[in-house]
Amino acid sequence: MASAPALFGVVVFTFLLMRVLPGDPAVFFASGPNAGEAEIQAIRVQMGLDKPIPEQLVRYLWDIGHGRLGRSMGTGQPVTVDLANRLPASLELTFTALLLALCCALPLGIGAALAPNSLLDHGVRLLCTLGVCVPTFVSGLLFIYAFYYLAGVAPDPTGRIDIFASQPPTLTGFLLVDAALAGDWEAWHSAASQLVLPACTMALFVLAPLARMTRASMLAVLTSDFVRTGDALGLSRRRVVLVYALRNALLPVITIMGIVFSTMLGANVLVEKVFSWPGVASYALDALLASDYAPVQGFVLLMALIFVAVNLLVDLLYGLADPRVSVA
Amino acid sequence: MSVLLQVDDLRVAFATRHGTVEALRGVSLRLDAGETLGIVGESGSGKSVTALAMMRLLDQAGRITGGSIHFRGQDITRAGRDIMRPLRGAAMSMIFQNPRAALNPIRQVGLQIADVLRAHRPLAAREARDQALELLRAVQIRDPERRLDAYPHELSGGMSQRVMIAMAIACEPSLLIADEPTTGLDVTTQQTVMELLAEITARRGMALALITHDLGLAARYCQRIAVMEQGLLVEEAPPARLFGAPGHAYTRRLVAASPTRHSTVQSLVGAAPLPPPPPRPAGPPLLMVTRLGKSFGPGAPAVDDVSFSLSAGESLGLVGESGSGKSTISRLICRLLDQDAGGIKLDGEEIGLVPAARFHRHAKRRDIQLVFQDAGESLNPRFTAAESIADPLRNLLGLRDRAELRRRAAEFAARCGLEAALLDRFPHQLSGGQRARVGIARAIAAGPRLLVLDEPTAALDVSVQAVVLHLLDQLRRETGLAFLFVSHDLNVVRMMCERTMVLQGGRVVEEGHSAQVFAAPQAPYTAALLAAIPHFEPVA
Repeated sequence: MASAPALFGVVVFTFLLMRVLPGDPAVFFASGPNAGEAEIQAIRVQMGLDKPIPEQLVRYLWDIGHGRLGRSMGTGQPVTVDLANRLPASLELTFTALLLALCCALPLGIGAALAPNSLLDHGVRLLCTLGVCVPTFVSGLLFIYAFYYLAGVAPDPTGRIDIFASQPPTLTGFLLVDAALAGDWEAWHSAASQLVLPACTMALFVLAPLARMTRASMLAVLTSDFVRTGDALGLSRRRVVLVYALRNALLPVITIMGIVFSTMLGANVLVEKVFSWPGVASYALDALLASDYAPVQGFVLLMALIFVAVNLLVDLLYGLADPRVSVA
Repeated sequence: MSVLLQVDDLRVAFATRHGTVEALRGVSLRLDAGETLGIVGESGSGKSVTALAMMRLLDQAGRITGGSIHFRGQDITRAGRDIMRPLRGAAMSMIFQNPRAALNPIRQVGLQIADVLRAHRPLAAREARDQALELLRAVQIRDPERRLDAYPHELSGGMSQRVMIAMAIACEPSLLIADEPTTGLDVTTQQTVMELLAEITARRGMALALITHDLGLAARYCQRIAVMEQGLLVEEAPPARLFGAPGHAYTRRLVAASPTRHSTVQSLVGAAPLPPPPPRPAGPPLLMVTRLGKSFGPGAPAVDDVSFSLSAGESLGLVGESGSGKSTISRLICRLLDQDAGGIKLDGEEIGLVPAARFHRHAKRRDIQLVFQDAGESLNPRFTAAESIADPLRNLLGLRDRAELRRRAAEFAARCGLEAALLDRFPHQLSGGQRARVGIARAIAAGPRLLVLDEPTAALDVSVQAVVLHLLDQLRRETGLAFLFVSHDLNVVRMMCERTMVLQGGRVVEEGHSAQVFAAPQAPYTAALLAAIPHFEPVA
């Protein structure tokens, strides 16, 4: 509830920003270059763009209050439907990438912290620097070049599932889940192999903050008094590192995870473009280029909502992980 | 008696950015089974390093460069983790200063005790829990069934240290090393924890190595005491002989600097005794506090109906344990906090009505200045000593002339015994005693009439404390400053203050002339506090 003013601010700001940006949607969506002034004006009136901006804003807010985000001029569908169709694709990619990144980052970070300035530590540092420096569209293209073009092990990078594979019935929108529920393992396999490259690309990008955070927080915890207590009382090394050090070190990593997740959803746009992934970010980019107001505004609102939800989730996780924090 | 632990000519070096530093330069000591040995010394003497080296727990920068450590006849000087791990906890255990930090903050204490048990014995979770419960009973924790599932932050400092002791004795080791086990605890808590420790080690026949900076504590609980200075063991003797006839010059200095029941500020630094300051002409009181009250949230108030007055040039001591409200009172009087009830009059003017948030612009601000507990934390790390001292001159007196500021800062520094060469140093380049002097010079720079001292020497070594106390006493005699002296150390208050006020739970339980309060306490609480101070009797 405390995030309501922030959400309202986001909505108004995006609305005004879209109006300030150059480009007239009416001109863009007119039938063709030869459309006359009358036709353009008609479209303008149809879209409500002839009204003063404050009135447009009030109408927009009214619509949001009633769950309407407007209609996309590009797809002709209500924005809510478009987003609902595409969000699972983005979420599936992001979740997979985050999981993949965590599975790599945690062991690497722990290993680096246990032996600071060792070969492993320097290796992890190099990998993290590469992951941050190389833009996702470059690493994505490199992956495609290596695994699809050269090695031929990856499927062609077009969409979420092989177009010739049978589409599993839509239940959750997550293809892997739907396919598994339907018991269609062929489709599952197809969807999974489509997912590997984009997920790896994303994971490489966010590996750095996660691994570096794990390392720094592990290093701090390893020199703390209670780890020394564990050592002084003869607990096994594994127990000291995993139960005493790691569980404490994970607390800041949870915070970073929330930030990383929110960033990924938005930063996905390049990966979605490179791999022709039908996600919300590429949808919003297309709309933005077309001066299509409603989808962009809807996308920003969606991102803000997800950001709030993720932060709430992180707070709840924190309450579970750390008994000193009470979630009121 | 069989020799349990034998340390011969132990040398330890630490690799730092500025080359290697020798922390131990040839330490030899012996500990028999069931014996209690005290290791005393000031910070940097190497007493903690000795303890950690005996457990082979030195961090990666520290290295044993010479000598040997034998435990039960086994050479463990270079033993690896595979040899040390079964010994630690089962044969030799250690408890640490700051028990709250020494416990895993996100694991229930019952599980932490069980962890130790299960690390050395094949026990099922259920059995380990039962034994942990027994151990909590053994360390006299009230309501042990409920405490098993408590997290460390839900326990008080004393309780946490009991849990730590339970963990350390869980597998009945033959040697227990206690590194400043009660530093930071209240004096009555310190007493119960130390009694417990002494009783447990005696009953189970465990040897105890007690590392402490408190000579009184070592004297009360140890059969032998070893004195360390700068990585060397300078003297070792039973307490009676050590304090009666200290052989080494350093021991003599240390014994002299430790406050006792009979010491004076002058005797601490070996100066000639001075007569008490002459009685001042009775005038209107400088500070009048009436029925002061303050509470933080629901529950018992932090300060409840406290009244007192203070004349110019007088010194009043506030003593009490943590939670007694002494720091809150000092912050209310400095107008850093707003009171809920009551009034504060300075020079007859009611300053209690000025909100704390606006008092910094009030004309009386310069009349009340504060000396903080941690001189290091309370100095701006980016200010040099001179800038720190000149800061109140700039802000309160409005001086802007750089040369004049510098001259005045140098003058106040000189009065506080700070060498001029140190004026351009930053806090981290100064020692603890030097930082304390900067803090005092800053407090007197604005020309206050009342100095509120909140545990000004609690973080200092005894020899530094002695010098700082002497300096403060001298300042008061020369300038006629009034002191409000907050401390948990009753001996320090007795020496520094003419009058003493004893607080408990936010209320005044006793007030009177220091000599009277300490010689013949009226309130039982005061008597209990005094009885809990560990002391040694230097046989003249």
